[in-house]
Amino acid sequence: MSNGTLTGTDNFRSWFMDKLLMGMSWPEYSRRLITPFNIVAAIILSIGIPVIAIRFVFGLASATHASNEYPWGILLGWGLFGGVPLSATGFVMGTAYYIFGFKRYKPLVRLGVLTGFLGYLFAVIYLLTDLGRPWRIYYPMIIGFGTASVLFLVAWHVATYLTVQFLEFSEAILEWIKSRRVYKWATMIVIGMTIAGIILSTLHQSALGAMFLLVPGKLHPLWFSSYIPVFFLSSSIYAALAMVIVISTLAARFLRSATDHNFLESLDRLTVGLGKGTCVGLFVYLALKLVGVAHDDNWHLLSTPYGNWFLVEILGFVLLPAIVLTYGVKNNSAGLVRFGAFYAVLGIIVNRINVSIIAFNWNLPGHLHHIIPPWQEVAIVASIITIHILIFRWILNRMPVIREHPEYKESH
Amino acid sequence: MDKPLKNPVVANECISEESAEDKPQEGDARGISRRKFLGTVAGIGGTVLIGSYKDVAASKEFSGWPNRYGCLTDLTACVGCRSCEKACNEANNLPKPKTSFDDVSVFKEKRRPTAQAYTVVNQYKNPKDESKPVYRKIQCNHCNEPACASACPIHAYTKTPEGAVLYDPEKCFGCRYCMIACPFYAPAYDYDSALEPKIVKCVMCYDRIKKGGIPACAEACPVGTITFGKRSDLIKIAREKIMKNPDRYIDHIYGEHEAGGTGWMYISGVPFENLDFPTNLPQKPLIEETKGFLGAVPVVFTVWPALFGMVYAALRHREDLEKEKGQKHEKEEEKK
Repeated sequence: MSNGTLTGTDNFRSWFMDKLLMGMSWPEYSRRLITPFNIVAAIILSIGIPVIAIRFVFGLASATHASNEYPWGILLGWGLFGGVPLSATGFVMGTAYYIFGFKRYKPLVRLGVLTGFLGYLFAVIYLLTDLGRPWRIYYPMIIGFGTASVLFLVAWHVATYLTVQFLEFSEAILEWIKSRRVYKWATMIVIGMTIAGIILSTLHQSALGAMFLLVPGKLHPLWFSSYIPVFFLSSSIYAALAMVIVISTLAARFLRSATDHNFLESLDRLTVGLGKGTCVGLFVYLALKLVGVAHDDNWHLLSTPYGNWFLVEILGFVLLPAIVLTYGVKNNSAGLVRFGAFYAVLGIIVNRINVSIIAFNWNLPGHLHHIIPPWQEVAIVASIITIHILIFRWILNRMPVIREHPEYKESH
Repeated sequence: MDKPLKNPVVANECISEESAEDKPQEGDARGISRRKFLGTVAGIGGTVLIGSYKDVAASKEFSGWPNRYGCLTDLTACVGCRSCEKACNEANNLPKPKTSFDDVSVFKEKRRPTAQAYTVVNQYKNPKDESKPVYRKIQCNHCNEPACASACPIHAYTKTPEGAVLYDPEKCFGCRYCMIACPFYAPAYDYDSALEPKIVKCVMCYDRIKKGGIPACAEACPVGTITFGKRSDLIKIAREKIMKNPDRYIDHIYGEHEAGGTGWMYISGVPFENLDFPTNLPQKPLIEETKGFLGAVPVVFTVWPALFGMVYAALRHREDLEKEKGQKHEKEEEKK
């Protein structure tokens, strides 16, 4: 009997070391943790986490400068409006691979799904930090139905889509813990989940834009447009393609041990392919933005200060990355394509910050002074980003995402 | 000394006192039950999106509660005494401010309603006569189709048949989208509360008007700036005032059409843009802007699966064909 317990403990220990410590013993694992990156992360968290605690104990006023004129700041401007388009990776890669049959992109599909899943998860975490009473997060599902509200649609879709993405990613988790029976079941629903993902993503990516349809008086006319849902959806698609390039570049650079030969071998070629897609997406989006200006006949506003900033956005952060990508793709240069992809991702963030923060309330006196975030908000955002990266790395190191599990090869 | 100007219409009094007319009529009752029914449909079984579509369609037919009340603020009458602020503070049991309500130093800056004050009065220069500043009272305008209510994902706002727009803190989770949506910057939030933060805004003294009274600010005003009454009557009064005194008023009733019309309306001798009124608002209710989008939701839910399912089926079909071709090829080679 004591023998049985012993083997049980041993089994657990070997499982623990194998799965969680990546085959290392505790002392070995902890020694490996002391890296420059981890030290910087620890410093950021040691500042940011107390600020988050203060926000929850003393209220939003203690850590943000959210005011009656400016109810939303960078927590939502960056975390929700900036984060969600960059998380369209799951839906875009899933659709390309499973529905349209871009089979060559297989090494990047799971990475796309994981980026999407974590992106949504953290968008919700930013939201929970910003909500006045976050413990009521489920209220739109049970307590009251604001069926005429676009935010109601966003809430339902983000919740459902988070579940869908978890199911899509569950393949990797199940391979990791080697559960064959559930795995078989999980691979069966993948097409259904992918199509559900397309529906939910197209709707709520555009819904995030549609949220601003209610504020024609507050959002600068160059950014306010009846096309804003289309702008948000269209830009999220190229954002997703560029984001897959960005994440795969970072993974190949910093987490080489988590990749396999196949991933590294095919990466340059796939990067150029994704770059082609990003490039087309950028030009389509640029055309749409110009149609938007023409539709409202806002050309005369382009010579105003906000108009100049608008031009910086669409020429400097849409047209220029598109040109860089065109060159990269033409010359088959993965390096140039990677640079263009980082640039395009930056452009998406600039656009979402413009819509939700810089061009919003533009006509209030002292507007640009009001939108500078206090250090506490920056600390909260920085520590949530850090946790996001740490969890991402934790999963990539352990689960078969950017490498194939030898026992499950060719099984799907 | 400025003489307080006498209003042509008896102010401070509820204009229509016939209570029989104010009661919701049978038609209204049907309206309520239909709206309630649709609300229930929306809730049942997660078919929420179809529900939203129907609700949107239903609100198109609804042109507002017929006997709703409102207020008309005559900005040419206001003398900036802040009696309305004081009365509001007392009637609604709000926290006492640091400076007294007699203190005119507050006019040095432009204030707005806060979590401690439903209403504030601001001072502006009068371009016609520098010695007589213009005062503007701000509070929730109780829109006909409130943007705050259409923004709220939990249905915490209600446009009551009496005209007041009410908010229920028991439902709210604090997303503050209502504050983003409000074109008049009316709702405030008490960011200082960690456990029970809530939206704070004017309630048009709902309890008082339910009992047949009038809002505390309107009652307290010594110069009859604020007239409380049925919205339809107020528009007639405002038109008459403007017609009889074309030199005194500019020819515009602010709130008659702005953002689909508001319950609280204003007439002024100074252009409204000089008084920080938003003058870039559409005439239709702001919810109209989102109707098209919400209407597309069920289309996406039904067309997308068909479309992408077909693309997937086509892909599988092509794969099958290629497989068959390969098999045939093999067989032929075997025969040879």
